[in-house]
Amino acid sequence: MTVMRTRQAVIAALSDELESDPSVFLMGEDIGSGGPFKATEGLIERYGANRVIDTPISEMAFLGAGVGAAAMGMRPVVEMMFIEFIGVALDQLTTQGAFFRYLSRGSYQVPLTIRAAAGAGLGFGCQHSQLLDQWFRGNAGIAVVVPSTPQSMYGLLRSAIRSNDPVVVLEHKALYGERGDVVTGETGIIPIGRAKVLQEGTDVTIVSIGRSVLTASAAAKGQDSWSAEIIDLQTLIPWDMNAVVDSVAKTGRLVVVEEGSFSGGWGSEICAKVVSELWGKMSAPPLRITSPDAPIPYAQNLEDRYLPSVEYIDSQIQELISTGKCPSPWWEGGNK
Amino acid sequence: MSTSLDRRRLLSTPLGRLDRMVEIRMVEESIQKLYNDGHIRGSTHLANGQEAVSVGIASVLKSTDVVTCTYRGHAVALSLGISPEGVLGEICGRKIGCAGGIGGSMHLMDASVGLMPTFAIVGAGLPVALGVALAAKLKNTDDVAVTVFGDGACNIGAFHESLNMASIFKLPLIFVIENNLYGEYTRINLSTPIEDLANRADSYAMRNDVVDGQDLEAVITAMTAAVAHARAGNGPSLIEMKTYRYSGHSRSDPATYRPEGELDRWEKRDPLAIAAAKLIKDGIVSENGFLEMKSEISNRVDRAIETVLASAAPDQDSIFKHVSA
Repeated sequence: MTVMRTRQAVIAALSDELESDPSVFLMGEDIGSGGPFKATEGLIERYGANRVIDTPISEMAFLGAGVGAAAMGMRPVVEMMFIEFIGVALDQLTTQGAFFRYLSRGSYQVPLTIRAAAGAGLGFGCQHSQLLDQWFRGNAGIAVVVPSTPQSMYGLLRSAIRSNDPVVVLEHKALYGERGDVVTGETGIIPIGRAKVLQEGTDVTIVSIGRSVLTASAAAKGQDSWSAEIIDLQTLIPWDMNAVVDSVAKTGRLVVVEEGSFSGGWGSEICAKVVSELWGKMSAPPLRITSPDAPIPYAQNLEDRYLPSVEYIDSQIQELISTGKCPSPWWEGGNK
Repeated sequence: MSTSLDRRRLLSTPLGRLDRMVEIRMVEESIQKLYNDGHIRGSTHLANGQEAVSVGIASVLKSTDVVTCTYRGHAVALSLGISPEGVLGEICGRKIGCAGGIGGSMHLMDASVGLMPTFAIVGAGLPVALGVALAAKLKNTDDVAVTVFGDGACNIGAFHESLNMASIFKLPLIFVIENNLYGEYTRINLSTPIEDLANRADSYAMRNDVVDGQDLEAVITAMTAAVAHARAGNGPSLIEMKTYRYSGHSRSDPATYRPEGELDRWEKRDPLAIAAAKLIKDGIVSENGFLEMKSEISNRVDRAIETVLASAAPDQDSIFKHVSA
């Protein structure tokens, strides 16, 4: 076990895969120099420019090249410096790569990993702060993982690279500097599609992902008015239904904490499924704690307000438990 | 208080243009300290070294012409007329910022001087400028669109698609490449197989020009010709400005990848020094006069910073304003 920062866990996972599988290679803008978050630092020196390939600013070309190379048996790891940059290239993944296996009746597979810095909280403004998991929803064939710790970054990224289908790894940029214990090697690998129960509890199941797991955990920590079972989904698509349904069957309440906007958020999917499974057995309606339907603002006071805070999560959950009803969100006059 | 349009009009004299170039330099140079003091979040992309390009562009445009520009946009915003308070206020996330503090460094704007919100995605401003030019043609005005982007954007699909369409539709659009030799952290020779990016226009049968972007007079001459060509209904141009950014790509980039001596060589052709020397030689300003001018601008920028730092954060309800109609 080693203590490392999340960005170092990225480097460790990439390095271990480059080391163990000659078909793995990296491709993206400025990855040789480590990029703005230093998440690929040192790899070009170790593995050379044939396996750590710097590209022009041509996302459509290099993401599509990732699809093509993957279909030929390579395992490309393509980096989008910020997840928004995939917008100009999305066709190559969601309309081409995602359907290759299906259209070729299994003749081709696309073992492609897309890594990208994502998420809000650092003042990058509305075009560099989104999580954008919803861009990969509704195109069967793509998996999406969202690490929350250095360990899950290491373990999920290695699984992504080993997957035989496209996997998008949304790396929360506010977590790159966070430290934690990491078990490397085979035992440190975390399978795609499996959630992790971070703590057991009795009153409410909190389901979250990425950086929001940390906010939700902070809200639950030292809490004496309610006891939460906290589930880090780790994989958003496909998500671990059994873990969530089993937990809510026990606690009777479901709260989903999401960083993204209310409408179209992934939590709707979770809530719908859980209600379908546990209809009549829950002691409160499912509650989604999200950001409002607005672009992510730049100014610190606005971005702090925009994202679900520890205090806000606490007060929403308290009200849910005491009234048995979903409280209004803050922007509709609910708890601040 | 003067408006952005008032400030734009100041570019009609040689002294006004020199003044603006110095102001841009001083604003850009103030940003590191503001960042270190915790007033700026996220990232900033400075354009010090590229002042002649933005001032030259703004000098030849009407206020009804429209500019789309990249996230390296502080200089273009100041050139078009936005005040130092408006630019620094936005970068510091204050209510007095030109976008009210919701945008930040990468999203400056002022419709009164034709600056659309600057684009934080490489190449994103080109297709939009195409639409601006198309609207001018359909509405039969003599307005032009200018899209300012870097050498890095020339490898994005949107560049090629936009050049082709602008050419076949004969649109009043001027594509301005600020070729500062680096796309993000990568030197142009590692990303692009040709030296003069203007040559790419040949494939689209488009008028093009390679210009010394450190020489304000050369920029103005080239832009004047391209704008006249567009206003007369003769179609688009691609103008490549050879320039250099003195800073790294963004706040987190120390630019250690630059070959030794490259920055020094470019600083010897500093656009401010070239412009000042010409005015001194022509007797338009004395050496002392230029020093006084610099001191006055330094005070102006200091006062702007004081105003910004004393100003309020945006109101909470600005999160929800203008999200939809």
